[in-house]
Amino acid sequence: MKDSDTPVAAPDPSLSLWDIFREFLLIGAVSFGGGIVAYERLLLVDKRKWMTADVFMATLAISQTMPGLNSVNLALLAGDRLRGFAGAWAAAIGLMLPGGAFVLIAGVAYSANDDHPLVNILLAGVAAGATGLLASITYKIGEQHFRQFRALSMIVATFVLMSVLKFSLVSVLLIMIPIGLFLYRPRATDAEHAK
Amino acid sequence: MTALIHLVLTFGMLSVLAVGGGTAVLPEMQSILAQQFNIDHTSFVQIYSLGQLAPGPNMMMVLVFGFQIAGMLGAGAVLLAFFLPSSILCLAVGRLWNRIGERPWRRAVQNALEPIAIGLMCSGVYAVAKAALVGPLTIALALFTFVVLLKTRINPVYVILGTGAFGALLMHFTGLH
Repeated sequence: MKDSDTPVAAPDPSLSLWDIFREFLLIGAVSFGGGIVAYERLLLVDKRKWMTADVFMATLAISQTMPGLNSVNLALLAGDRLRGFAGAWAAAIGLMLPGGAFVLIAGVAYSANDDHPLVNILLAGVAAGATGLLASITYKIGEQHFRQFRALSMIVATFVLMSVLKFSLVSVLLIMIPIGLFLYRPRATDAEHAK
Repeated sequence: MTALIHLVLTFGMLSVLAVGGGTAVLPEMQSILAQQFNIDHTSFVQIYSLGQLAPGPNMMMVLVFGFQIAGMLGAGAVLLAFFLPSSILCLAVGRLWNRIGERPWRRAVQNALEPIAIGLMCSGVYAVAKAALVGPLTIALALFTFVVLLKTRINPVYVILGTGAFGALLMHFTGLH
């Protein structure tokens, strides 16, 4: 596949890989506490105008449909539109580099001190907070779905298979994805999801 | 060497199964790491929580599991195994998408995956909570964080650091957990 086959939102041959890398590196370094997709939208649509808002939403939809982290997928697809495969990797590596370095340094320190009593009680409180954070993210993402019978049934079924019956993730997906595709097949959902 | 191959296969599988974001594979990751790599649930939750303090994508802490199992080489192996398969898949499908355009069934696939991903996230909350909430104090700190993050727009990192410091003080002086 040639790079010229990929439609580019803002054709800019002078755009350097370094430029793409640097912009995503900045997001990777400042996005403490999450919300990376919002930072990416600011960069791509507002700050550099590398994408229109419509193209951004379409690209986000693909990153959410594919497996993997949404923020990383989005960086890959945006980089690919701008400068092909090299641009994709420049964006993704830039995004992951600061956090990767951060967790490795913290992880090496943790591995050397994981029996220290002060470290343990500090991390017990941090873990309690992180549990509350994960619960709040799940609640925010799921809020609409918890109120629809069809979606709620699928959420409960997935949870029961995974956490109560202890099925493997592969089995859970092999059971739930066909059911989901049937329940949400295009014809049945067109009217309801015409947002 | 065997450990490295085992690591790559494990995280490579988790990579392509991560529907709706990395959080969906947390419960599976926790049980595989406990059963096959000797990382107990407490260490898992502590490393996961450390990762939430870091900037950038929220699953970078997988590198620490790789480091604990096979040193720096393990961290590198996990980095590639966890991020390459899903990335290549996403790029390939993304390019295909640019050619064929939006189709109703893409929306159908996304609609079908959303509730599954949320169900898996609920399993993730349950798995993390079981290991992290060990007594009245940690339960109270988690509930406090949950409510504050839903009611305000404060940066979660400050709240988590706060529960760490405040929790450590209370645990030190009261002996509660």
